[in-house]
Amino acid sequence: MLAIYKKEMRTYFTTPLGYVFIAVFLAVSGFIFAVSTLQSQTSDISGYFQLMIFGYIVMIPILTMRSFAEERRAKTEQILMTSPVSITGMVMAKFLAAFTMFAMTVLASCLYYLPLLKYGEPNVAKAFGCLIAMLLIGTCFIAVGIFVSTLTESAVTASIGTMGILVGFAGAAIFNNLIDTYIIRYVLSWISIYSRYVNFTYGIFDIAATLYYLSITAIFLFLAVRVYERRRYA
Amino acid sequence: MIEITNLVKNYGSKFAVDDISFKVGKGEIVGFLGPNGAGKSTTMNILTGYLSSTSGEAKVGGIDILENPYEAKKLIGFLPEQPPVYPDMTVDEYLNFVYEIKHCKLNRDKHLMEIRMVTKIDDVRHRLIGNLSKGYRQRVGIAQALVGNPPVIIFDEPTVGLDPKQIIEIRNLIRNLGQNHTVILSTHILSEVQAVCDRIVIINEGKIIADEKTENITRVVEENRKYNVKVCGPQREVQAALNGIPGVVAVEATGERDADSYTFQIEAEKGNDLRKALFYTMSEHNWPIIGLEAVGMNLEEVFIKIMDADLNRRR
Repeated sequence: MLAIYKKEMRTYFTTPLGYVFIAVFLAVSGFIFAVSTLQSQTSDISGYFQLMIFGYIVMIPILTMRSFAEERRAKTEQILMTSPVSITGMVMAKFLAAFTMFAMTVLASCLYYLPLLKYGEPNVAKAFGCLIAMLLIGTCFIAVGIFVSTLTESAVTASIGTMGILVGFAGAAIFNNLIDTYIIRYVLSWISIYSRYVNFTYGIFDIAATLYYLSITAIFLFLAVRVYERRRYA
Repeated sequence: MIEITNLVKNYGSKFAVDDISFKVGKGEIVGFLGPNGAGKSTTMNILTGYLSSTSGEAKVGGIDILENPYEAKKLIGFLPEQPPVYPDMTVDEYLNFVYEIKHCKLNRDKHLMEIRMVTKIDDVRHRLIGNLSKGYRQRVGIAQALVGNPPVIIFDEPTVGLDPKQIIEIRNLIRNLGQNHTVILSTHILSEVQAVCDRIVIINEGKIIADEKTENITRVVEENRKYNVKVCGPQREVQAALNGIPGVVAVEATGERDADSYTFQIEAEKGNDLRKALFYTMSEHNWPIIGLEAVGMNLEEVFIKIMDADLNRRR
């Protein structure tokens, strides 16, 4: 598993993919940060994080689209599947590599907050809570991306498919306002990654939401493992 | 070392592998032969744990690949049809990755250097695999299968894409491997099997249709013996005289001719060595024999014969 993790990390940096992700992420987050705090003259950064969720919908698929699709296209998965590594180990290694890339980039973008400390009075605890929530949401999105990547041979299909599912997850809250039936609204807001995030913006560490994000991650990683196990029988 | 029992793999109603069983002992080199789509690759993929079988067993070193894949896979080095190499890695990085993923516990530098030496890829060790030619990539694929010194080595068409000199080198390599490894290789190049393998398993439409020692395989399709004989003399008379020899079934002029000599192919009855009779008959007429050779069936002919026989049996 460690070998695959190391290989994945190296691939992010020997192909343009890792650099593209970091560059796009920092550019988008920098822009959103500037607009939502500096330009609005506020030191409250929960708005920034809220907008970033939509940035993730576009950026996380870049990170995960290749992970399995490319192996399958190039038939390199054969060496992984005929080596003494479990499928779970293989999926986890790829997931953790993508997560490492994501977490590193998010931490790098934390530099943005420093000026706020000097020129404003941000609520540090609240920002910290939001940061954790963002990492959790990113984790969910990565798991979705890894899962979709196991379904196809084409990285492009994988990235578009991932975006589709993520839009559904994050956008459920938006559709919510258009629907009158209570039960549908209830279900949609339960599914919505976005509405779960709200408590964090009030500075509350929401354990239910944390569990929700971790469960979604686990479910999609489990599905990815199942896809691979099933493919051996197909 | 390898034991396959009643292995079946079907995709719906299409049987890719249809109830095959065979064993491979330690130190044996077995050639897996068959036309395209015969089920060679499928069998190998099942044996290495890449695919699962519909029913039946595949054991490596006594360990069932489905029940205990982790231990069984440790015993196998596998070169799939397409070498599973990462184009964005250098050869060294790739072999190190394979070394780690296989959990090897050998002297890493020494072991990997030996492998680079036998597969002759040491001169490209720092180059990106994506920039290598097909032949080199294939050899990196072979190197990969040797990492960790697995007791069982499985090659799916190992010499595809290599130039003739490399093919000979790789064949020698495989033959050397056979001294202390169990090797299965698939190919549709018949001379390759003949050159390398101790045993040949011919498979067609998912079924084993022949399983013989290489030197015995021609005996599977016992045939009348044939000779090419080159005689100085008038064509028509010589042919008539040849026909007159007892035990000759057929005589055919091959069309090959020199200034005053003609070549004929004569077919003798099974078990009848008519070379002496041939000599005396020709010397009676003062027609010197200047060439005589037995025409052994080569593997190509045997293969086609066996395939035809199999087809007829089904009809």
